[in-house]
Parts: sequence; structure tokens; C-alpha cells
Amino acid sequence: MGVLTVPDLRNKKIDTLLTDYPFAETFLVNNGIDPEKFRDSSMEDYFRQLDPEHMEDHAIDPDHLLTQFADFVNQMLSFLGEDNKIVESITILPGHDKSGNPENFTEFVIRKNEIVSIVGPTGSGKSRLLGDIEWAAQNDTPTGRSILINKKTPDKKWRYSSSEKLVAQLSQNMNFVMDLSVFEFLELHAESRMITDRETVIKRIIKEANNLAGEKFDPDTPITALSGGQSRALMIADTAILSRSPIILIDEIENAGIDRKKALKLLLAEEKIVLMATHDPVLALMGNRRIVIKNGGIDKVIETTEEEKEILSEIEELDRKVQNMREKLRNGEKLTSE
Amino acid sequence: MNLVTVSGPPSVGKTSVILKTIVSLKERKLKVGVVKFDCLFTDDDILYEKAGVMVQKGLSGGLCPDHYFVSNIEEVTQWGLDNKFDILISESAGLCNRCSPYIKDIKAVCVIDNLSGIGTPKKIGPMLKSADIVIITKGDIVSQAEREVFASRVHSVNPGATILHVNGLTGQGSFELSTLLYDKDEDITTLKGKTLRFSMPAALCSYCLGETRIGESYQMGNVRKIDLGKREI
Ligand SMILES: Nc1nc2c(ncn2[C@@H]2O[C@H](COP(=O)(O)OP(=O)(O)OP(=O)(O)O)[C@@H](O)[C@H]2O)c(=O)[nH]1
Ligand SMILES: Nc1ncnc2c1ncn2[C@@H]1O[C@H](COP(=O)(O)OP(=O)(O)O)[C@@H](O)[C@H]1O
Ligand SMILES: [Mg+2]
Ligand SMILES: [Mg+2]
Ligand SMILES: [Zn+2]
Ligand SMILES: [Zn+2]
Repeated sequence: MGVLTVPDLRNKKIDTLLTDYPFAETFLVNNGIDPEKFRDSSMEDYFRQLDPEHMEDHAIDPDHLLTQFADFVNQMLSFLGEDNKIVESITILPGHDKSGNPENFTEFVIRKNEIVSIVGPTGSGKSRLLGDIEWAAQNDTPTGRSILINKKTPDKKWRYSSSEKLVAQLSQNMNFVMDLSVFEFLELHAESRMITDRETVIKRIIKEANNLAGEKFDPDTPITALSGGQSRALMIADTAILSRSPIILIDEIENAGIDRKKALKLLLAEEKIVLMATHDPVLALMGNRRIVIKNGGIDKVIETTEEEKEILSEIEELDRKVQNMREKLRNGEKLTSE
Repeated sequence: MNLVTVSGPPSVGKTSVILKTIVSLKERKLKVGVVKFDCLFTDDDILYEKAGVMVQKGLSGGLCPDHYFVSNIEEVTQWGLDNKFDILISESAGLCNRCSPYIKDIKAVCVIDNLSGIGTPKKIGPMLKSADIVIITKGDIVSQAEREVFASRVHSVNPGATILHVNGLTGQGSFELSTLLYDKDEDITTLKGKTLRFSMPAALCSYCLGETRIGESYQMGNVRKIDLGKREI
């Protein structure tokens, strides 16, 4: 199937279009055209039967709509034709700090299945670094850095495509705003990602989310009724499994009753690159390496040492104790000093 | 001078996004001015002034602000030229979903927020469907999944647009937006002779009757003129 042209679109039966391009239904529905009603018509027939007054009221411009329809189909075709696991590595090439001093490294490569944390005081430039990566900077941001993907200058699509973003971000906020059940919500997301076997994927997300959250929830629970920990768990499982973006940014996963270690494991199991801006020792030390930012520049990169890994085990032990106490308090028990 | 029209439903974050973007434009030593169009009331001019940005405001009263916009945009453009702006940004609150202030060959930006619900992109007319750039705000309040679903809905009603996520509070994404707004090869000296991307119905003035050409000679009926104060050069 080659590129779809406007004349093709104009004259083919909508039924034929939907057979060739099932995803076209989304376009029709969102532009107020009922695909069932017009199955046997072409777009041309559809426009012809429209009342001119209706067209005026709803600002329908047939040529504009057909051009957009063709754009939509062609973008979807190229989107579906691509392998989404194509990002093996990202490379940061040095720029300069806020005073214009060059950054002191030749290149910094991050590979998939890797966690890197980013530390530095407020205002030092952590978000700017994450921004450089997300925008695939080419010496055209305030830092002068450049980003390579798989060691090559990246395709512009990473900047401008709405369906292929380099970066997915776990929000600070832990609440959902949509008024849907867990299942409906995931179905909607899966649909927007053009997933065909939705049922299986949704079941898997719910299973993983329940694995992360303390208290289990079922598919019929309204997402707005989930607890903070459950929402967080669902967000992480959903992002790990359904988001196509190869890089996940985390601006601090709060201590909201989820198993953070498991959460990171899940993200890595889905072949993601994880970048975390955090000062929480448990998270910062979970990275294999951490980038230290000072005055807008990458000051140094520290490999997590063996000693730090031992310290991490100690902190995790403490963390577990605190979590246990929280659980006991929640269940109305008394704390005892064993 | 470059002219950029920014439009979007009330309170989505237009002013916040414009202010953050102006910071990046100013870093490139560009002189920026703003004009705000609204219906009955706005405080936005105070916000722009506080940020040291030259601003004019026009209130349409009972008229559709988009009709009022098209009756005044040529005069505002001349005000911008008089003040030697490199870039003039117009902000208008899209109150009626039918009209939109976009002009052919003038960069059109539509701002909407993640909170407005996934049915919203379908409901907004030409203001969203014919924009060149769509900015989605308030991503900090929703989940990654909700952002992705919302962006895909926007994409399905305007597949040709560049869709960017910008946070009006932190400015995340505003530098990126600033790179799309200014083009040094573009130079507007008048809008006379240019046309709207979509006609505006609802009979109040010549534009209500389908007029799309800009300039005093095409304006008939109930036309109100913006007060730009004394012209200072
Ligand atoms: N959480 C959050 N709040 C935002 C964001 N952008 C804007 N806001 C807030 O939303 C409110 C409205 O923002 P404005 O920038 O005044 O919106 P506007 O579209 O210019 O509003 P009108 O000009 O009155 O139509 C303010 O309280 C902003 O602080 C964002 O990205 N996230
Ligand atoms: N190398 C740099 N050169 C110039 N400006 C920079 C540089 N790095 C960061 N900035 C600017 O400094 C400000 C603060 O950076 P930000 O990334 O928000 O800090 P953080 O996230 O660490 O609090 C931002 O306006 C950012 O654009
Ligand atoms: Mg920050
Ligand atoms: Mg405003
Ligand atoms: Zn109107
Ligand atoms: Zn009018």
C-alpha cells in the first residue's frame, strides 16, 4: 500500500477506506462523521449530502478536511511501519555551562536498560538537561549541547511528531482527572497507541500495577477512586508497557506506598532508558551512574561505588522498616520495638 | 516584523505560555510586543506590563472577540511596526467555538489544556483544526497516559499541526516553542489584502456576512475600533 492521495480519498467508498486503513475510523469519528451511516458513500458523496448551512455552522471545508485526512492516514502508516524498539543508545555531546565554560567530557553514552540519576541544586540546570534530551538538541538550546540517537544525528520526527515522542514523563501529580474505570482508561490509551490485542495488554498492566501497589484493585474500579499508591502504580505500569517512548523521565517517584525498586525493574524490563532527577538517596543510588550538574553544566559523572551499593542496602532495609510501620498504623495496629 | 496569533479557550494558560516564551525570545535580543483581545474584562495587560512587555488591550464588549479581532488587527499591526517590534504576539480568548482569528500566511497557535476533557478537541472548530502549532498545557496535573490520549485526539482533528507540550508554570517546553515562532526572513508590513483562514458567520458586521479581506474599506456595519492611545514613534 503506497501513499494515500487526496483524489483516492475523495472517491473511494468509506467502507473500502476502513478495510484498508482501520485506524481511519478515529479520524472520521473525531471529525463528526459517523462511519456506520456513510459506509456505502465516498467522502465526495458525504460532502454532497451536507446542507450548506450545516457546513457553514460547523466550519467544514471539504478540501481542508481531505488534506488532513490524507495526512492522518499517511502518518499512521509510517508510524505503524516502524519498529518501536529502535533506540539502543543516546549520546550527550558537551556544550557549556551558564558562564560559557565548555563542559569537561567528550561524550556521555546511555544505553537502553540503564538508569542514570541527575543531581544538583535547584536552578542548576537539571530540567534543562532533560529538556535537551527530549528536544534532541543540536547545538540549538541555551546549553549548546547536542544529542545523538544510536550514535547518529536524530530524525526531526522526534521533535515534531505527536505520536513518537522520545521521552515519556512520570508526572509529579498522582491523581487522574478522567472519569473512567481502570479498564476503560487503559483501553482508551491502548486505542490511541494503535494496539491490536488490547485485552491481553490491559490484563498485563493491571497485574503489574497490582504487583507494585500494596493494596490490589480490580479493572472496574474508577481511576479517580484509586489511592495515591494505586494511582502511582497504575501510572508506572501503564507508562512502562503502553508508552512507545524509549526514554522515561522521573521527577521523583514519591514514597507513596509503592515498591520503587520493583517499579524501576519493570521499566527496565520494557527496555527503557530511565533518567531520574532526584535527591532521594534510595533512588539516586539505584542508578548505575549519576550526573552532577553545577551552574548549568555537567560537572562530573560518578559511577555508583561498591560501598555506595552496600549503603543502599542499608537504606533500603530502613525504608522497609518504615513502610512496615506505615502498614501497621494503617491497619490500626500498635508499633512495637522488636 | 513577525506576527503570531495565539488563541485558545479561557484560562488554558495562554498568557503563562506567552510570558515564558518571551523570556527565550528576549534572550535572542528580539523586541516583543503583545496585544490582548477579550470580551468584557482582562487583567492580562497588567501581567505583561509587569514582565516589561509592551502591551495593548482591546475589549469587544458584546461582540464575538474574533470579529472584533479582525476589525482591528491591521491597526494593531501598524502599532507594532511603529514600535519596531521584531515580533508581535496577539492573544485572544476563543469564546465562540465557531470563529477563529487565524489569517492565511500568519503563524497561528492554538493553546488548549489537558484538563478540558478528551471530548474537547472534537468540539473546538477552526481555532484548533486550522492552527499551525497546537500547545497543550497543564501536563503536570495529569498522567502520561492522559497526556498521550489527549495529544492523539488533537492529532486526529489536526494531523498537520506541530503539537508541543508546554508547562505554563515551570516553562518546560517554552524554549522549544520560541524556536518555532520567529523567522528572520519573514517581514510583515501590512495585513491589507490578506484573508482569514475561515469566514466568520453570525451577522454583526461585514465579516459576519462572509467577508475575509482585511482593511478599513471592507469593514461595514457594526465595527468597533480599538483605542491604541496616542501614536508614539
Ligand atoms: N498546573 C498548571 N497550571 C497552569 C499551567 N499553565 C497555566 N496555568 C495556570 O492556569 C491559570 C490560567 O492561566 P493564564 O495564563 O492566565 O490563562 P489564559 O489562557 O491566558 O487565560 P485568559 O486570558 O483569561 O483566557 C493560571 O492560574 C496559571 O497559573 C500549567 O501548565 N500547569
Ligand atoms: N548551560 C546553560 N546555559 C544557559 N542557561 C542555562 C544552562 N543550563 C540551564 N540554564 C537555565 O537555567 C535555568 C534553571 O535551570 P533548570 O534546568 O530549571 O534548573 P533545575 O531543574 O536544576 O532546578 C533555566 O532557565 C535554564 O534554561
Ligand atoms: Mg527543575
Ligand atoms: Mg490570558
Ligand atoms: Zn464568533
Ligand atoms: Zn462580525
